Amino acid sequence: MDLNFTQEYEDFRQQVRGFLKDHKGHAPARTSRAVSGKARLAWQKILLEHGYAARTIPKEYGGYGAESDVLKSRIIAEEFAKAKTLGGITGQGINMLVPTLLELGTQEQREKYIAPTLRGEMVWCQGYSEPGAGSDLASLRTAAHIDGDDFVINGQKIWTSTAQFSDMMFCLVRTEPDAPKHQGISYLLLPMDTAGIEVRPLITMTGAAEFNEVFFTDVRVPTTNIVGKRGEGWMVANATLTHERGMLGNPDAALSRLNTIADIMLQETSSGAPLMDNAIYRDRLVTLQAEVYAMKFNGMRLTTNAKEKKSSGMAGLIVKLQGCELNHRLAALAIDVMGAYGVLYEDSPLLRDEGLWQTHYMFDLGLIIGGGSAQIQKNIISERGLGLPREPKVPKVPKGN
Amino acid sequence: MYFGLSDNQTLLQDSVRRTLERDAPLDDIRKFAQGDNTPLHTIHASLTELGLPLTLIPEAEGGLGLGVLEVALVQEMLGRYAAPSPFAATYGMAVAGLRVAQADKQAKDWLGRIASGVVIMAVGVNEQIDCREDCGVVASGDKLSGKARFLLGADLATHYLLAIKEGLAIIEKDAKGVKEIALTTIDKTRNVCALELKGATAHIIKDKGAAVAAMINSGRVLLAADTLGAADMMLEKAVAYAKEREQFNRPIGSFQAVKHMCAEMAAKLEPCRALVWYAAYAQDNSEEDSEAALMSRLAQTHLSEVGQYVARTATEVHGGMGFTDLLGLHYWFKRIGSNRLMLGAPEFVRAEAAALQNWGIKIGDKNWGKP
Ligand SMILES: Cc1cc2nc3c(=O)[nH]c(=O)nc-3n(C[C@H](O)[C@H](O)[C@H](O)COP(=O)(O)OP(=O)(O)OC[C@H]3O[C@@H](n4cnc5c(N)ncnc54)[C@H](O)[C@@H]3O)c2cc1C
Repeated sequence: MDLNFTQEYEDFRQQVRGFLKDHKGHAPARTSRAVSGKARLAWQKILLEHGYAARTIPKEYGGYGAESDVLKSRIIAEEFAKAKTLGGITGQGINMLVPTLLELGTQEQREKYIAPTLRGEMVWCQGYSEPGAGSDLASLRTAAHIDGDDFVINGQKIWTSTAQFSDMMFCLVRTEPDAPKHQGISYLLLPMDTAGIEVRPLITMTGAAEFNEVFFTDVRVPTTNIVGKRGEGWMVANATLTHERGMLGNPDAALSRLNTIADIMLQETSSGAPLMDNAIYRDRLVTLQAEVYAMKFNGMRLTTNAKEKKSSGMAGLIVKLQGCELNHRLAALAIDVMGAYGVLYEDSPLLRDEGLWQTHYMFDLGLIIGGGSAQIQKNIISERGLGLPREPKVPKVPKGN
Repeated sequence: MYFGLSDNQTLLQDSVRRTLERDAPLDDIRKFAQGDNTPLHTIHASLTELGLPLTLIPEAEGGLGLGVLEVALVQEMLGRYAAPSPFAATYGMAVAGLRVAQADKQAKDWLGRIASGVVIMAVGVNEQIDCREDCGVVASGDKLSGKARFLLGADLATHYLLAIKEGLAIIEKDAKGVKEIALTTIDKTRNVCALELKGATAHIIKDKGAAVAAMINSGRVLLAADTLGAADMMLEKAVAYAKEREQFNRPIGSFQAVKHMCAEMAAKLEPCRALVWYAAYAQDNSEEDSEAALMSRLAQTHLSEVGQYVARTATEVHGGMGFTDLLGLHYWFKRIGSNRLMLGAPEFVRAEAAALQNWGIKIGDKNWGKP
């Protein structure tokens, strides 16, 4: 155990601080909901130039080309959080597709897609789930057959986040209908403006259209738009899913949420007394604080394991489940702290914090369900982590009545 | 930056694990629980042979000069095997307190005596945390009178170490005016006692609070470490049982209800390990005392909650067998249950954690503890 950083890292921290001091004026507000937008793209450009976004992506693809160093990444995240400054663009393109292309894409695909994605000019959505294929993703049915130099796609995707604002989709389709279900899938890249794609936004419980249905009718994409080989899509997608789970359940977000709630409890008063003087609220806050720190230190342990190239084991398997659950409970506390004001929403008079906590509370439930539901996470933890028997394969079970 | 155990720390913990695997089998824990002290002596002799009592004692006093983290790694193993031992009280708490009071020659001498093995201390700090009835010990010169409750490490003790207003007070076990009252708790793997003192002679080491704080903080870390080890063992036993036991023609571990109970235990317990490591590390390495105090409280309370969850869930996974005396799972269940309430119930300890951060009412305020 040695939590001190060597001089090299302390110098690096100073460098990040210096950058933030000089440039943070250009950063858009952290609460701004716009994912793209001029200010955001301009900020992304500055971050890319200085190596605070896409830091380890090779220069030839528009990244900064630094050697991968988990400690430096941590320092950047810490300093940006401390300075309450918006970091680089995140999202399914940068977080999931780019690493996948670096690992499994062709040279041409990397050259064509990575740089604009990093700049935030090419936005991606993930077309995996279908009405009949959620947790059991491998049973997906959207089909593609080859016709000349093209795949021709027919079918439907659902719950596709940000599809309505996206330029491109990476998606899974069934190309080998006769192969066993995991071996008949391919991973394709397609422009969202291709003829035959129809996007219908779905309003979610938060009131916004966070995801969509996407319909495909004779959609043609060149066969060169496949990542990996035909029938290998499941393997390619699993590489991406690992990246997605790393993205969910981030302990830094939980810590900053916790500190914000503590501030609210110190400022907010009921009958003249600060909420913090209420022993029951305070007890809930400290209970969550202990959990937040447990996850923070667990994250530091994972960082060290990554640096030492050791497997993360159970400490890694539990992050999505515990992290999303914790964020959700933090939002629940914030809402309760505000009392009746906690239910104000949208543009109501008397609204606190732009109604953000209700949005968090609802959206976090979405994150508990999405990206491998809590139950699926528990299956993974018990099977891969604890070695309990896998689900027995059973013939179709009749519906109950 | 390196967040994890060093090779030496891993080796240390592994050697304790192997030793206790050999010297603290369930049969022996049961024997001790039924009043036979042989296992306690065997375990103490093995730990001594490994040099573990010396862990935290400064090198100048004949110790190894290691930190609370090393002590916590040992304690985790004691919890894992539900082993009886005065380790936490004497070699953790007492040494942590005396180490801070070292400027006083007496404290140094006591550390030396502990290092040489002739002194073992039961530790009483309960009245500083949660004072009930008319308890508390007052000094008049070097004479102590009053009632102390819930002294930890009553097994094998030759002395009592009490936290009093003036600092640390050490009383010989057979001193005049001391009445030891053995308490019976649910946890038969360790003994706790109470004292009634009537003018008992004490060696008083003056301290403005830092030594008592160090004793309480490290004690809390060690309770957390003990629960971590005990809960880890319960989870392991539950998983092993779920793989073995069959119902409806399949191992019960293939039923999702059972798998998910196990997964939830693991998901809650795994981050606790990093929290305990950090809380222990903070005792020797944080720049501010408040960090050491805060982290010991967060670790203790969080492990109390997770421990309780694991204890009941692991028992449930075992079905009726889990409820029996025969299986012995209850020794861990009760050890975790007892850890939860020593050195302060979670609600009190969380209130202290809040006060340390200037969150709300100060400790001791007339509204302390009220909603
Ligand atoms: C906010 C949000 C954003 C999303 N974004 C995207 C996206 O961008 N792209 C995309 O492709 N998908 C996206 N999804 C879809 C998401 O991946 C699926 O919702 C998820 O995989 C669950 O599938 P489902 O909704 O069909 O639920 P189902 O699979 O029908 O699950 C319903 C319930 O049954 C349980 N269940 C199912 N199978 C098992 C099992 N084997 N064991 C135990 N319990 C089980 C589940 O845990 C759940 O509680 C998003 C979802 C949400 C909520």
